[in-house]
Amino acid sequence: MAEKLKVATCSLAGCFGCHMSLLDIDERLLDLLEVVEFDRSPINDIKHISQPVDLGLIEGGVCNAENVHVLHEFRKMCKILVAVGECGITGGLPSMRNSFTLKECLEEAFVRGVGTENAHIPDDPEIPLLLDKVRPLHHIVKIDYFLPGCPPSADALWYFLTELMAGNDPSLPQELIHFD
Amino acid sequence: MTSSFFLDGKEIPFKEGQTVLQAAMGAGQYIPHLCWRPELEPHSSCRLCIVIISGKPFSSCTQPAMEGQKVECNTPKLNAMRRAVTQLLFVEGNHYCPSCEESGNCKLQATAYHVGMQDSHFPHQFPIRERDSSHPRVNLDRDRCIRCETCVRASRELDGKNVFAIHGRGIKSRLAVNSPTSLLKDSGISPDDMAVKLCPTGALTVKRVGFEWPIGQRIYDKESLATIELREYANQEAVHG
Repeated sequence: MAEKLKVATCSLAGCFGCHMSLLDIDERLLDLLEVVEFDRSPINDIKHISQPVDLGLIEGGVCNAENVHVLHEFRKMCKILVAVGECGITGGLPSMRNSFTLKECLEEAFVRGVGTENAHIPDDPEIPLLLDKVRPLHHIVKIDYFLPGCPPSADALWYFLTELMAGNDPSLPQELIHFD
Repeated sequence: MTSSFFLDGKEIPFKEGQTVLQAAMGAGQYIPHLCWRPELEPHSSCRLCIVIISGKPFSSCTQPAMEGQKVECNTPKLNAMRRAVTQLLFVEGNHYCPSCEESGNCKLQATAYHVGMQDSHFPHQFPIRERDSSHPRVNLDRDRCIRCETCVRASRELDGKNVFAIHGRGIKSRLAVNSPTSLLKDSGISPDDMAVKLCPTGALTVKRVGFEWPIGQRIYDKESLATIELREYANQEAVHG
């Protein structure tokens, strides 16, 4: 049997919707597991990529310092890196905060928010520092492929993965391109 | 004798005074466009309808059709350029398709699908633009405006109102509202205006009807942009000649 394709996945400033869409390929998951092996992924809860992998799938944009570190780890360890979903490609809905300053956002949530008590902006050193703006992945590292959609449909994910594994150009046909 | 030219080698008949784009659309050949509308004067600003004639680029919405000319349109180079132009329109605004009520009915989005845009390629600018929600029925979201001036022309030429104009220059240009307060609520705009109906993005929308159609039943969920545009053009030709 041929060696399995090693895949790592993660969600940065995303909602895990793209991962849900991956699970939504239903019984085809069984076929997929015959040919791929998951390294770091929320699916198996492995926290760091253990070895160089063939494919990295990243959902979500980049909103804080930890996201930047994870993204760099993925770029270093993944032969092919894919931005999955609108947030990874454009910053998506989290980037709607880019219309405001970070201070305005934090004060709205933690100081002026309805029902806040002992109002102050959280400053625990364990909380990753927020970036001034939410960025798409391609602002930080080179991205090899993009899978648009919010989320990309299960069929789009399946098409992409199967074409890539077959050694073909995995660009989506027009009917599978959606931005919502 | 009918005059004709060649579009990617295919013979296209045309009537005297028609542009390359009009003749092509009339012959069932779709050329991507955003700022062009058959009922308005051409504007030639979106640059999507660019074609090559005798080695030089021309916007087909303004270029008169001429006997025997050879027009290149659907070539890998021109299609890559159209995709880049569309990507630039996305990154210089704030286009949040997943939360936009126009998604699925949006010509900018459908154009992006048509040109095979899967990513934004360029750095997003995340510009700060003012919204105008002052009017009870019409919303103006400048984040989504591509400054194609469709509303400017439609308000002037079809609605007879002159509600909109472009203010400022280059990347700083914005859609301005012609009213004493510069707000929509003090303008003559109405939700039935062609200026609102023809907006190719979600910049001008009618309030309280957003998300009326579920995903799967929206305009471009069912048919491609090219199919719809060609049919609408043929219908319009049948009525107005």
